[in-house]
Order: sequence, then structure tokens, then C-alpha cells
Amino acid sequence: MGQIKLNQVTKSFGDVEVIPPLDLTIEDGEFTVFVGPSGCGKSTLLRLIAGLEDISSGHIDINGSDATNVPPAKRGLAMVFQSYALYPHMSVRKNIAFPMRMAGIDEAEQNRRIEAAAKALNLTDYLERRPGQLSGGQRQRVAIGRAIVREPAAFLFDEPLSNLDAALRVGMRLEISELHKRLETTMIYVTHDQVEAMTMADKIVVLRAGVIEQVGSPLDLYHAPRNEFVAGFIGSPKMNLIKGAEAEKHGASTIGIRPEHTDVSMTDGMWKGRVGVAEHLGSDTFIHVHDTGLGDMITVRITGDIQAKHGDTIYLTPQLDKLHKFDANGLRAG
Amino acid sequence: MARAVTQKRKIINTVAAWGIGLLIFFPILWTILTSFKTEAQAISDPPIFLAFDWTLENYGVVLERSNYMRFLWNSVIIAGGSTILGIIIAVPAAWSMAFVPSRRTKDILLWMLSTKMLPAVGVLYPIYLIFIKLGILDSRIGLVIVLMLMNLPIIVWMLYTYFREIPGEILEAARMDGASLKNEILYVLTPMAIPGIASTLLLNFILAWNEAFWTLNLTAAKAAPLTAFIASYSSPEGLFFAKLSAASTMAIAPILILGWFSQKQLVSGLTFGAVK
Amino acid sequence: MATQHSRSAARLMMAPAVILLLGWMLVPLIMTLMFSFKKYLPLRGGDLGWVGFENYVRFVSSSSFWPSVMATLIIVGGVLLITVVFGVLLALLLNQPMWGQGIVRILVIAPFFVMPTVSALVWKNMFMDPVNGLFAHLWRFFGATPIEWLSQASLQSIVMIVSWQWLPFATLILLTAIQSLDSEQLEAAEMDGAPPLKRFGYIILPHLGRAITVVVLIQTIFLLAVFAEIFVTTGGAFGTRTLTYLIYQRVLESQNVGLGSAGGVYAIILANIVAIFLMRAVGKNLDE
Repeated sequence: MGQIKLNQVTKSFGDVEVIPPLDLTIEDGEFTVFVGPSGCGKSTLLRLIAGLEDISSGHIDINGSDATNVPPAKRGLAMVFQSYALYPHMSVRKNIAFPMRMAGIDEAEQNRRIEAAAKALNLTDYLERRPGQLSGGQRQRVAIGRAIVREPAAFLFDEPLSNLDAALRVGMRLEISELHKRLETTMIYVTHDQVEAMTMADKIVVLRAGVIEQVGSPLDLYHAPRNEFVAGFIGSPKMNLIKGAEAEKHGASTIGIRPEHTDVSMTDGMWKGRVGVAEHLGSDTFIHVHDTGLGDMITVRITGDIQAKHGDTIYLTPQLDKLHKFDANGLRAG
Repeated sequence: MARAVTQKRKIINTVAAWGIGLLIFFPILWTILTSFKTEAQAISDPPIFLAFDWTLENYGVVLERSNYMRFLWNSVIIAGGSTILGIIIAVPAAWSMAFVPSRRTKDILLWMLSTKMLPAVGVLYPIYLIFIKLGILDSRIGLVIVLMLMNLPIIVWMLYTYFREIPGEILEAARMDGASLKNEILYVLTPMAIPGIASTLLLNFILAWNEAFWTLNLTAAKAAPLTAFIASYSSPEGLFFAKLSAASTMAIAPILILGWFSQKQLVSGLTFGAVK
Repeated sequence: MATQHSRSAARLMMAPAVILLLGWMLVPLIMTLMFSFKKYLPLRGGDLGWVGFENYVRFVSSSSFWPSVMATLIIVGGVLLITVVFGVLLALLLNQPMWGQGIVRILVIAPFFVMPTVSALVWKNMFMDPVNGLFAHLWRFFGATPIEWLSQASLQSIVMIVSWQWLPFATLILLTAIQSLDSEQLEAAEMDGAPPLKRFGYIILPHLGRAITVVVLIQTIFLLAVFAEIFVTTGGAFGTRTLTYLIYQRVLESQNVGLGSAGGVYAIILANIVAIFLMRAVGKNLDE
């Protein structure tokens, strides 16, 4: 059981309101990702749920009971920190045992859970080491192990992968996803990386300046972004947003077309431009096209390879059924 | 990149540093040497450096003359007690300042330090009266309290600077792991801060051991520590150099030995945590 | 950044230290203030009633007042000057590559561990005694007349003794600060053609600013209270009566608590003036 419900929650630091009134329900067993640019309040929101910060008004329910004034230790939540926050003076075993020791769980049960967690996280050989002797990925797993053994109502992850190198990050991403499938426990995961959000989440919460811009499944967000901000934030490379005359042709203030939804030709098409930089990834090619008369540079994504050199003339045709239209307020139209 | 230093320069440095080091250390060395001389050799002109008749006679005389062990024990209780009591009171205060800072934290810290600027002599008589009223004049508990209060600002300050180096996330992790405040401090903060606490403990132990205003003015026969033991040699016994040296050596030896074994913590403690 | 819960816990945990120090500061302070307005002679009638500012006037108009302020300033200033200047030089030397650095460091810091009564007695008798002291031997060896240190050069002698005790502290702090200086900065300056003296003046000395502030602050706190060194050497004679010692004599030797308390209030005011300056400097450093 791990339903978390935020009701008209606000947070101010002094006179600065970082989170205006906010409602959000996270269902039991859901993997929810808070995503947004740095400073959008996503970490603050997580800390409010954890109880590490007070909310200024509103209330937080965990499993249907009011937890607004419950101290973090009593909320039954486990948190994995960005810096892992392992206890440097304790062995891995003692680190993992710590929450159980605090809860007064008997030693046999402690050992049973430690062994199980260590096995699941490939830490069995490292139980007697200190955190200082472990690699970044191993420390990350110890932090997760410490969270698992508590059997919490929900896991909170605060940018847990940002201190790992790119290759490890992909691996850990998968491990956390698998862990969620196996435990079926509620997880709330904070990141600024929309790729992590898209690949891991059941539900994504896009935040900007403390305000929820959109809540939905990854594909909802991809196919039907509620506004220009979400449209630009979700998807990689970024959606091309075009204003002006071209947008008015489609009866919108702004139109958006994803790089992968643009057909390319060297001979004819709707928009004519000049190739700037072509990034060859092997499986895909990103082409940055200039001088289209559409304002900013347009990025297109082509499956496979294409022979386009710097300075070549190129023609682009957007797939009209994949076109996103936004009104003057930046909201999705039609 | 470290540069290769010429052998010649290193030799010059070594000679100069050792020369100055020995010069600074010389009064202590001379005291220790003199304590093993006879009175006649202690004042001989020219002075004898090593080639004298080594004797333990002075130590015997000093031990006979006064109850050294009682003074020593008083020093240990007073310095140890005041330091440990101070740390017990300072750890929670330093935790608050380091991890739950408010706009007033800095002011409180500076105010605490400023109480150290209060001239002891300005409040000597009131303290004297209070001690008589409470019946703790010339008692170890009285001195433990006064020296604890004397050093409390420094203990808080030092612990604060050491605690600030500990990342707050680790304490938050403990909180999330279900640790109460007491357990957070006992099982997470304190073990992580052991080196800093050790330095604080050592330095304040030494400051209390060497404190020579309150220990001289608030004690008589019963609770007098080694500072008073030595002050009784001020005259005319001070003219008996060998005995004075023996008594001095006995007064400073415990600290010198302690310092020798815990150099690392001491060096860190001696900077009061103020310079990294 | 914390919860209401932890903030109230923090206040609670700070309370013992704050309350104790507040009591330690206020109770005796108020008593001292009260006594300072009274004629109070414990051995000659006790509390003889209020006398207004008489004690304050008498304390300042006493012929020993200004000399005692001067003696205090000379001792504090002299020791600070000697320990900072020699501390910097010694720290620079100890920072150089050499053999046995660890042992030299122990030799240098050793005086800090010697209790003031011991160091004062050892210096007074074994070094400064005009007949049998080591200095007297040395002077005679060179054919000079031995100096009666503690009467002819009493203040200088005390400055010397106290400096010996505090030089280790200054050296150690300054050495720690020098070691934290990025050597690339010095190498860059050398590449830029700065000679050693300029490198010292433009890079090392500014880098030591904070450390020197700390040395001055902490030493001043302890130096204003210098007592044992005077108590066992001159007993306040030969111009070594500092403000601290003068008050001590008024209170304990002549048993004039009212007069001594008025002196105590002056000392507290003096200390606070010094404190305000120092705290401002340190407060700035705290922000870094």
C-alpha cells in the first residue's frame, strides 16, 4: 500500500513561494517521475513528501491518513539520495541494517533481509567493506539496498543516477525499473533528464517553477503535450517550434513538429533550407537545417544514413497528422 | 608539479629548522636535564650540559615535600571532567548550529565567543562569593564547572567547524531511515565526527590543564591542581633549580606525553578548527 | 532548510549551552556592577552602602591606572607582533623540504603544552636569575654585566616569556594556511617574473590574511587575561602591573571589592571594545 496524495500543498522560503498550491495523486504501485529543468521545485516537492521540509499550507496523505505533521522517520518512506548518503563509518552490512536497527527488528530477520537484498543487488561479496572502498555504481546499489530492506510504503529517489557515468547510468536505470516491476511498490523519482523520465515512468509529472505543467504517461506527453513547454521538454532531439506566417497557415499561433516526423528530400518538399551540421549516430542522423525562413534552425531526424553535406540544399516536409498546434497562450489547440 | 630541490638547499633548510626548533624547545629540555642534576651542578658556571652525575634525588625530595599524586589527580579530574562535560553540552548545540542554521546562528556563535573576552578578574569576587554560598570553594566540582564554562565557547566553535564538513544529506538519510534525533546524533553524527571531537577534547583538556587563574584563586588545600603545586615553588624554593626542575617536569610530563602520542589530533585541534 | 520539528529541536538542543553561558556572563556581571557602586570592604566592615560613582572616579584617578593600561597594551601588542612576525617566518621555513620535518614541528609546538606557572618559573629562575640564571652565565662569558631581567627589563621579559608560549600556536596556524596555498599560483607568479620578495608580498601574505586574523583574535582573548606569568614572576612590581593584575590586587590583596569591581567594569568595557573590532573581522571571515 502506498498511495500518496498532495492536497493544495504550498511551500514558501521566506517571502518566496517556490510551490504555489498543488494537487497530485500518486497511486499505489505507480512509478512516478518528477521531471523539469533545474530549479523547477521537483526536489523540493520530493523533500516535502519525505517530510525533510515542512509544507507551508495544504496537507499530504499517505495511505489515506494525514501525514502532514508526521516526522520523516515515521512516514514509512525510504529515500535514495543524489550523493547516496551512505554512512562512511559503517560497513555495507551495517549501512543496510541501520533502518532495521532503528525499527527494532530482530537480528535474525535483519540478516535474512540483508542477505536477500545483497543477493538481489549483487552486493554479497562486499557486505563487509566500507562505502569508501566501493565504486559509484556499488554505492548506489547499497543505497538502494538500505531502502529496500525497510519494506517502505514508497521509495523516493532524488536524482540517483546523476553522479554516475553514462554507461553505468543506463544499466542502473534498467535495474531500478526491474526492481519496480518485482516489488510493485510506489516509487517517486526525481530527475532533470527526460530520457530517464520517458524510459522508467508509468506517470510523468512535468514541473516548471513549482507548477505542474502536465501529468500523464510517457506516450501521452509525447503525443499530446498540453503546452509548448512540455512539447519542448519531452522528446529528443527537441521538437521544432515555429511561429509566424507558417503557423498561421495551420490556424495556430505556434506549430510544433518533432524531428522524427519530418520527411527529407534532396529534390523537393514543403520547406527549403541549407544543411548546417549533420550528426551521424549510425542508426539515425540528425540534420540541423538553416535558412528555411521559419525563424530558428530546424532539426530533423532520419533513420539510417543520408548523404547530406554542409551547405547542401535540402527540402523538408512535415507529416501533417503529427503536427502540434498551440494557441497564443502556448496551450494545445485542437 | 613539485620541483626538484637541490640537495644543498635542503641541507640549509634542515639545519636552520632544526636549529630554531631546538632553540625553542631548549627551555623544556634544559628543565628536564636540570631535574636530574644535584643542586650544585644545576647552578654551576659554566653550565654542564650532559656530563653531570645523574640523580633521581630531586624527584624524591619533591614527592616527599608535597603530595604530588593528589595534585595530579586533581588536575586529571578537573581538566578531564570539565572537557567531557563541555563536550556533552556542546555537541547538541553545535549540531543545531551546523545543520539547522538560522539567521541568528552566526550571532549566537559570535556572542558565545565574546563571553570568552569577559575578563575573569572582573568577575572574580562574585564567583568567589557564589562559590562560598554554594559551598564549592576549593572543591573539584566547582572548578569543573568554571573551567567547563570557560572553555564551552571554544568547544562549541570547534565542534561547529568540524560538523559543518559533514554533508547534511547523511543526517537526512538517517532521519529517513527512522532514526530519532538522539539516534541520529549518537549513531551517525558522533562516529563520523570522531576525529574532530578527539581534537576538540585534547585541546580543551590541555587548556583546562594549564588554566592558571581560576585554579589558583579558587582552590586552597583540597582541590588544588598541578598549576598550584608549581606556584608554591615561586619563592624561595625556586632558587633550588634542580628541585624546581623536577617539580616542573612532573607537572608538564603528562601533557607532553599525551601530546606526543596524539600529535595528529593535536595539530588539527591547535588550529581551533579555524584554518584548514 | 529544515522542518519546524527540527527547528524546535535545534532550539531545545542549543538551550543548555546558551542558558549556561548567559548565566555565566550575566550573574557575576550584575554582581560586579552592583559592588562597583558600593563601598565594600569584606575585612573592614563589609558592605558600607552605596557610594555612586566614587569607585569609578577613584580607580581612574589612581596613579596606577594609566600605567596599568599601558602595561596591558604593551604586553598584548608586543606578544602579537612577535608571534605573528616570527610565526610567519617560521611557518615559511617549516614549509620548505627538509629532513625530520615532523620532529621539528613537535619541538616547535612543545611550549604550548607547558603550563603558564611552569614556564614563568623556569624562565624567571633558571634563565633570568641575575646570579645563577643561564643568561647571566652567558653574559659573563662575553664579559658583560648580567642584566636583572625582571626588574630592569621587566615588561620585555614578560613579553618574551608569553611570546615563547604563544609562538607555537601562531606558527602552526600559519603553517596550516601556507600548506593550503596552491603551489601553481606561486609557479605562475614565478613564470610572470615575480622575484621571491614580491611573491611573498603579493601572493603568500594576502593568502595568510584569514589565518592572521584568527591568530590575532584567539591570542588577544588569552593575552588580555595573562595572569599567572605576572603572579609568579614579578607579582605586579616593576611596571608589570596590567589592568587584570591591578584589579586582582584591589580585590584580593587590599580587599577593596567596590574599587576592584569598578576596575572590573573598566576592564570589561576595554575587552568589549577590542571584541567588537575583532568580532567584526572574524564575522567577515565566517562568511567565506
